[in-house]
Amino acid sequence: MAARRSGRLGKWLVSGPPLLYLLVFFAVPTLIMALASFRTPGEFGGLAPLVDEVGALDLNVDSYARLIAEPVYAQVFLKSVWYALVTTLACLALAYPLAALIARSTKKYRNLLLLLVILPFWSNFLIRIYAWMIILGPQAALARSVNGILATFGMEPVSLLFSSFAVLVCLVYVHLPFMVLPLYANLEKHDQALLDAAQDLGASAWQRFWRITFPLSLPGVYAGAALVFIPALGMFAIPDILGGPDDSLIGNVIKQQFLEARDWPFGSVLSIVLTVAALLLAGLAAWVGRGNLGTPSSARDARA
Amino acid sequence: MRKRSLGLWLAAAAGYAFLYLPLVIVVVYSFNDSRLNAEWVGFTLDWYYKLLHNEEMLAAAGNSLLIALVASLVSTALGTMAGVAMHRYRLRLLPVLVLTPIAIPEILLGVALLIFFVLLNITLGLVSVALAHIAFCVGFVAIVVRSRLAGMDDSLTEAARDCGATPAAAFRYVTLPLIMPGVIAGALMAFTLSIDDFVITFFTAGAGTVTLPLQIYSMIKIAVTPEVNAVSTLLMLLTLALIIIASRLAPSLLGTQEEKP
Repeated sequence: MAARRSGRLGKWLVSGPPLLYLLVFFAVPTLIMALASFRTPGEFGGLAPLVDEVGALDLNVDSYARLIAEPVYAQVFLKSVWYALVTTLACLALAYPLAALIARSTKKYRNLLLLLVILPFWSNFLIRIYAWMIILGPQAALARSVNGILATFGMEPVSLLFSSFAVLVCLVYVHLPFMVLPLYANLEKHDQALLDAAQDLGASAWQRFWRITFPLSLPGVYAGAALVFIPALGMFAIPDILGGPDDSLIGNVIKQQFLEARDWPFGSVLSIVLTVAALLLAGLAAWVGRGNLGTPSSARDARA
Repeated sequence: MRKRSLGLWLAAAAGYAFLYLPLVIVVVYSFNDSRLNAEWVGFTLDWYYKLLHNEEMLAAAGNSLLIALVASLVSTALGTMAGVAMHRYRLRLLPVLVLTPIAIPEILLGVALLIFFVLLNITLGLVSVALAHIAFCVGFVAIVVRSRLAGMDDSLTEAARDCGATPAAAFRYVTLPLIMPGVIAGALMAFTLSIDDFVITFFTAGAGTVTLPLQIYSMIKIAVTPEVNAVSTLLMLLTLALIIIASRLAPSLLGTQEEKP
């Protein structure tokens, strides 16, 4: 009895402090934000009083109605989804050869090659954005040669910086490691015998990739897609620094609602919709990936 | 076989070039004797010299170090507890609270904490930023510590208990020394995450407080200057050193599992 009581005490002593901290500084703030989405913005920012002079409770769905009534916000959401989707596909295309090479290399080089993919992720996020400001800048070699070529065809010079191109390149750049890691983890487990068998049966390199390797790697692809898509969807710093006026994404609108318009309820609505969308997509990726875990049976399906 | 590998090698080499070229350019231009980050003119250390005399930048670096120190100490204590608790007990709420802040878009935690601090009349500044950083670092430390525990033999702690050690003594003299590399790796990771954080700091710092990433942000919003290259290079060196030490202590941190003999 005493042992069990001390076990329970120990459990609370160990799990209590982190639980309490995260309740206070994560769960409660998130709930407050959820509640704030049903309130009216205050005259000078913040929220209007919860109970006004006549004693009426300030709870309404005005901010949600606004999200539906003003199509500009739905457009920003669609644009964010589009940018995140293009980013995810570009990351997949770039990550596949990297992951395949690492998975195929000998143990001696494998850890080094993997480390080289992860290291840039640990350099400061703003530095990685700044690097693209330099590369795409109007005086840099890239912009000068592009505009030189355009000039020979008699076309107007273009700006690489402050464009959707700059935003997309940088989105791909900062998220690439998130796609390589799950893909590598998957590809590393593939059975070489399957590919050898296919080759013996006369399958070309392309057939072997498309009908064996790729279907088997789908769980890794879904995991990587979720890891890239979710942060890309909520990104505000990259469009803020590298984008033009038309490149505002949902993260930028949220930032603007909180820091400039000071409309907390509407900012909260946008944040909640963003989070729900992100979590739904992550759940979807997990659910789709579940049916295809790279088991021998799916390998058989792939060959069928 | 060889022929097929060549194409793969080329594609992967292009991938690595894409990952590293931008960072190399930042470092190289930090030594360039030209205000424009456009072409190589000559070698200089002027930008580093200017940096050391830039009061704003030094103040920002001081803030960042202070916040990172406090945030990594507190989040290591809390995260180690969470990691141990998640390994030892069947819990429902704690794993959700530990992992969700990592899974959701960063901006959500930033704006939620902004509302929270303002409603509670907590002045936005060093304290609010440190509190926010702890909230997202706890999860990372907990994950590292739990993975260390998962690779460890629980019977050692049980043996200590059988020999009459109190739970506290068993933890202090058996479990803690064994998980120490994971704890230190978690602490270094938390320090790095805190000193690098931009998004959550952006929302919780208020107008008066500037950290290194916020200072870099306001500088590059105005103009590209090699001083930013210099501070970036120094920050990259610091992060690189911390992460390499951390990965030595906990190989799983970099996804490079140590081969079991």
